[in-house]
Amino acid sequence: MSAFLRVAALVVRKDLTVEVRSFEVLSTTLFFAVTVVLIFAFGFVKEGVPLDGVAAAILWIALAFSGTLALGRTFERERQADTLRALMLAPADRPALYAGKLAGILMLMALVEAVLVPMVGLMFQAPVFFAPGHLAALLAAGTLGFAAVGTLFAAMLVRARSRDVLLPVLLYPMTVPVMIAGVRGTAALFQPEADLELAQFWLALLVFFDAVFVTLALWTFEPLMTD
Amino acid sequence: MSGDFDHVSVVQLGRHYGRRRALTDISFTARAGAIVGLLGSNGAGKSTLLSILGTLLVASTGHVKYGGVTVTEGGPGLRSRIGMLGHDLFLYPELTARENLVFFGRLYGLDGVEGRVATALDHAGLAARGDDPVSSYSRGMRQRVALERALLHGPRLLLLDEPFTGLDQASAAALVGRLRHEQARGVITILATHDLDVVDGLLSEVVFLHGGRRATAATTAGTLRDRYREAMQSA
Amino acid sequence: MTTAVKVQLALATVMFAVAPWIVNAAPHEATMGLVYKIYFFHMPSAWMFMIAAIVSGVASARYLFTKNPKSDATAVAAAELAVLFGLLALVTGPLWARKAWGVWWVWDARLTSSLMLFLIFLAYLLLRQFGGPGSEKLSAGLALFGMANVPFIYVSVNVWRTLHPKTSVVPTLPVEMGIPLWFCVTAFLLLFLALLSLRASLERQRGRIDALYLAEDEA
Repeated sequence: MSAFLRVAALVVRKDLTVEVRSFEVLSTTLFFAVTVVLIFAFGFVKEGVPLDGVAAAILWIALAFSGTLALGRTFERERQADTLRALMLAPADRPALYAGKLAGILMLMALVEAVLVPMVGLMFQAPVFFAPGHLAALLAAGTLGFAAVGTLFAAMLVRARSRDVLLPVLLYPMTVPVMIAGVRGTAALFQPEADLELAQFWLALLVFFDAVFVTLALWTFEPLMTD
Repeated sequence: MSGDFDHVSVVQLGRHYGRRRALTDISFTARAGAIVGLLGSNGAGKSTLLSILGTLLVASTGHVKYGGVTVTEGGPGLRSRIGMLGHDLFLYPELTARENLVFFGRLYGLDGVEGRVATALDHAGLAARGDDPVSSYSRGMRQRVALERALLHGPRLLLLDEPFTGLDQASAAALVGRLRHEQARGVITILATHDLDVVDGLLSEVVFLHGGRRATAATTAGTLRDRYREAMQSA
Repeated sequence: MTTAVKVQLALATVMFAVAPWIVNAAPHEATMGLVYKIYFFHMPSAWMFMIAAIVSGVASARYLFTKNPKSDATAVAAAELAVLFGLLALVTGPLWARKAWGVWWVWDARLTSSLMLFLIFLAYLLLRQFGGPGSEKLSAGLALFGMANVPFIYVSVNVWRTLHPKTSVVPTLPVEMGIPLWFCVTAFLLLFLALLSLRASLERQRGRIDALYLAEDEA
């Protein structure tokens, strides 16, 4: 177990170090996420005022789009000098490599969410600080579900043709349960009379999804990555 | 299982992608201290063979045995005895040479990583520039770091894919020197190249590849280039 | 074509030929009238879609861990059938819904998830087509994940109140409605099994042709 964590931590630190040199993925992902929110906000404006109840949806859509972008960019980096193969060459536990990559993506998405949530709150008068614990839990569980599947798919597509378009094609249908639960749960929190119980139900569903798919991803990472 | 081995046997190895044959019926054995050259033009199957030897690809037919142990039996312990220098060098350009080496050293679970890395940088003659990002290096410098990365964990089997590409004479000579040094330590080196003149005299054995198959030259005399030409003609 | 497949196809053909009469003989349902009879084709289609998805998922898991090409052949065949029967279900469903509830489509969890599962298997076919070499393994991973999503579809009906009838509607149907339904289900099942065998064997033969090319190349 400790070897697993050690390797995962190594990978995370390496990814962090690489990212800190240029902040390329973080800045482009953040910018893109903000742009998506703005585009949707302008799209849904009616008589100069944003439509009611779209805040939750726009937040999660922006996260899904920018998450896909971040995943693609992160693994494109590993393609550059074929370093993903170097990782596979090492005697390290393969699922640990996956876990490390996943942790890196989660950190990145957490930063994006830290920017988007206040932004959405501001632009749509959404009560983001009403139940911050619930909202944070929903975001955490939803992001984990999305990233768990996304990291696996992005990794397995690294050597495939048409990988740029195939990642969203594969990822979006697979993570619709996450989107539904995330949006509906967040919407329940943003309602004038927040429905905490409903949000909790969707949170539970998300946690269950996470448990199933993280396990599945850890289990299938090695066979999918070896040729 | 982290068993060491003293020879590598390739037995009737084949690899295909759908209808395309990349390798057919390749067999040879390499012992400790051997430097085996895989010679052939592009598309002959050299990289595929190296990938299989490095456990990155699975053979379609035949097998490879590392001192009598197959890949599945060997597991992660086997990978710790193999070092590979890929065509794309396997280095993170944003990290410094030192950071690259330390990362891979820790990934391989080595002790005293810092010390080993310092020695490695000395070997590569890059101690002074060890803290510059690899992206600022020339091809030759990157090659040297990549080689040290492959050797950091003291592997028994060293696999090199086109290591002389883009190297000037001095760097090529330095690489040859390093390979001889490893040879003396009993490392099995298998290198793929089409720089025949550089490796003439370095190789202890030669495997000529043409269209995924092994080609043989009747004579063992003459320059490597002559033998290569003969092998390709008879293929 | 094996004997089993011939028998399945023959039986299925006969049953489908007879089906209109059987369906017609079923009594009109109180509120929905004649239109609910689309249900007799819609339900079996939906079930075959689910079964195909599960078969593809299981075969994909086996292929991932045993690398047996026969499993891959079954996985691909089942994935194509999932797309086929999924399409049937997604077309007959709205036809029924329009007459029964007045809307073509409702975005409840069950319908949406079924649509997404359909898209997943459509993505499976896209991946195999455009993913390049090695896409058999990748699509196997996709199908396995797709299958893991099926329980989320089933659970969502019982948990989230929707317009879609609860899954327990089948046992509560009076017998006269039950028999035509099971008749159609059997017909669909026979057709499904026949098509699965045929398509899987076609895929295995494709593999054999590749092997022949390779052997010929060797000579």
